Amino acid sequence: MAEAPPATRQPLILGEKSLGQVSRDILSLVEGGATPLWWTAFLISFTVLMIGAAAITYQIATGVGTWGLNKTVGWAFDITNFVFWIGIGHAGTLISAVLYLLRQRWRTSVNRSAEAMTLFAVLCAGLFPVIHLGRPWFAYWMAPYPNTRGSLWINFRSPLVWDFFAISTYLTISFLFWYFGMIPDLATLATRAKSRLRRRLAGFLSFGWSGSTSTWLRYETVYLLLAGLATPLVVSVHTIVSWDFATALIPGWHSTIFPPYFVTGAIFSGFAMVLTLLLIARKTMGLEDYITVRHVDAMCKILIATGGIVGFSYLIEVFTALYSGDPYEQFAVVNRAFGPYAWAYWLVIACNVVAPQLLWFKKLRHNMLVVWIISIFINVGMWFERFVIIVTSLHRDFVPSSWAMYRPTIIEIATLAGTFGLFFTCFLLFARFVPVIAISEVKGVLGPGHRHEEAGS
Amino acid sequence: MNRRLLVAAFEREEDILGATRACRDEGLKVIDVWTPYPVHGLDQIMGMARSRLPLVTLILAIIGGGLKIWFEYWTTEFSWPLNVGGKPWDSLPAFIPVTFEVMVLTAGISTVVAFLIATRLWPGKAPLTPDPRATDDRFVLVVEEADSTFDVARVTRLLEGYNAFDIDERVVGQGEVR
Repeated sequence: MAEAPPATRQPLILGEKSLGQVSRDILSLVEGGATPLWWTAFLISFTVLMIGAAAITYQIATGVGTWGLNKTVGWAFDITNFVFWIGIGHAGTLISAVLYLLRQRWRTSVNRSAEAMTLFAVLCAGLFPVIHLGRPWFAYWMAPYPNTRGSLWINFRSPLVWDFFAISTYLTISFLFWYFGMIPDLATLATRAKSRLRRRLAGFLSFGWSGSTSTWLRYETVYLLLAGLATPLVVSVHTIVSWDFATALIPGWHSTIFPPYFVTGAIFSGFAMVLTLLLIARKTMGLEDYITVRHVDAMCKILIATGGIVGFSYLIEVFTALYSGDPYEQFAVVNRAFGPYAWAYWLVIACNVVAPQLLWFKKLRHNMLVVWIISIFINVGMWFERFVIIVTSLHRDFVPSSWAMYRPTIIEIATLAGTFGLFFTCFLLFARFVPVIAISEVKGVLGPGHRHEEAGS
Repeated sequence: MNRRLLVAAFEREEDILGATRACRDEGLKVIDVWTPYPVHGLDQIMGMARSRLPLVTLILAIIGGGLKIWFEYWTTEFSWPLNVGGKPWDSLPAFIPVTFEVMVLTAGISTVVAFLIATRLWPGKAPLTPDPRATDDRFVLVVEEADSTFDVARVTRLLEGYNAFDIDERVVGQGEVR
């Protein structure tokens, strides 16, 4: 499978790099120390994280009454954020696992940071169900363990239990995949380290990696196996998330299209977040030779494809309601589009269906600023999509006397902001302390005909 | 017993592939080749067998998934049966999602653990390498001077034909390459 790409294609990595050059370029970000820009970004993120931590502490101490929920709308902001963050994570696994199985070699420049993004997004997502328990100190009750309550077991027929297993497995496997891929690069970091502490620490964490062919052979086998395991996993995780809704009898939730609709939506939002992050990273960290216009172009095409499926799913929802002949189902759709939350619905359509259409034009795909703005639109749109699905399905239920409106409180908004703080704090620490690009993988795709000599030495 | 090793460094993928093939053709004993990234085809040239790690994944996946589905039946049907919404005790379709997740979890973790055992890597291990720069920008080939017919000058010339540099002879103890 290692045939040369046709000569007319752009190289994956620009600038005719040598092997040593690649190590130097990528590790200089770790070795170079923190820039004022990094400190500014870090302090802002950390402050936001602390605000979120304060909000979470307050709501746990006081109770979930601090939220804007009422007896009609029992799920709203919290679950919206949970689904949003889980969705963000899925692009990372898609890039690292699915594109690996499909032998898409352009993934090498972006997979490490996308995997890191997955890890941190799942971390943020996992917070919400725990907070939502109301008594998070009993979170361990979700695990089946022999207990003094007669050994009362959890209900394995409940999608919420499936969710617990799906999220914890996803977090663990994502971490394994990310760390396993990083072992050779940590060894490179240790080899090149000037300071004693860094050499010791990176050496310890690199597990004594030496790069012998017998190790590489097994390493590649394991990487392939993990990719093969992660691919169905990512599909299963968001399918299970969608079952949290689809197994309920609420009109607007009770739908067989939910699993594929949620999975593609997740990939769509995740790729938007990858672009949001990487377009900033390549600019501020000087990675233009590694994350090239070609990479951005490829990701934009994935956005068009997944955005198309998401738009199609919106259509199918309307069709299913129409065709079902069920007045409650039909009311849910009409209420979504023309009810009190119509503004959110049309915002979703504008951001997720209309905005990505601009990416059909090559000129716009190659304009980094335009792509970045579109990616922000999609992020916003996908957050509101979950909000619309959850809140508009609940707030006008079967009995008009119990209809109610939901609006988030400042505590809930601070909690959402706090998870963004957590996400960016983690990401900035990642960008500062470990190689943001998979060095050994990039070296493998430098291409045939390249020279491996150092320019000067 | 001490061993005499010949260590040669290369700068290019093509050279290391050619040199390794030439050494194998000469019947020399190639201990291993250290590379900064996985060089495809090198394992075939060195005649390495395919890794048996997929077997570990398969077996542990079956064990993990099997134990989990047994556990779900045992808890919901025997240990403390709870009637939830009149669902049947044998809710096999509802047991599948968790079974799948646990199967992936056990398979994934055990594959990585098996890898660490098979390659003898652990946190804090000192790397067993002839040249640490093999993780950076060098390809390093190590040949053992197995018997008295080993002609150092001739092998050196052979390797230099593939642009080898830094060729040096080392005497090391059993199991070392430094």
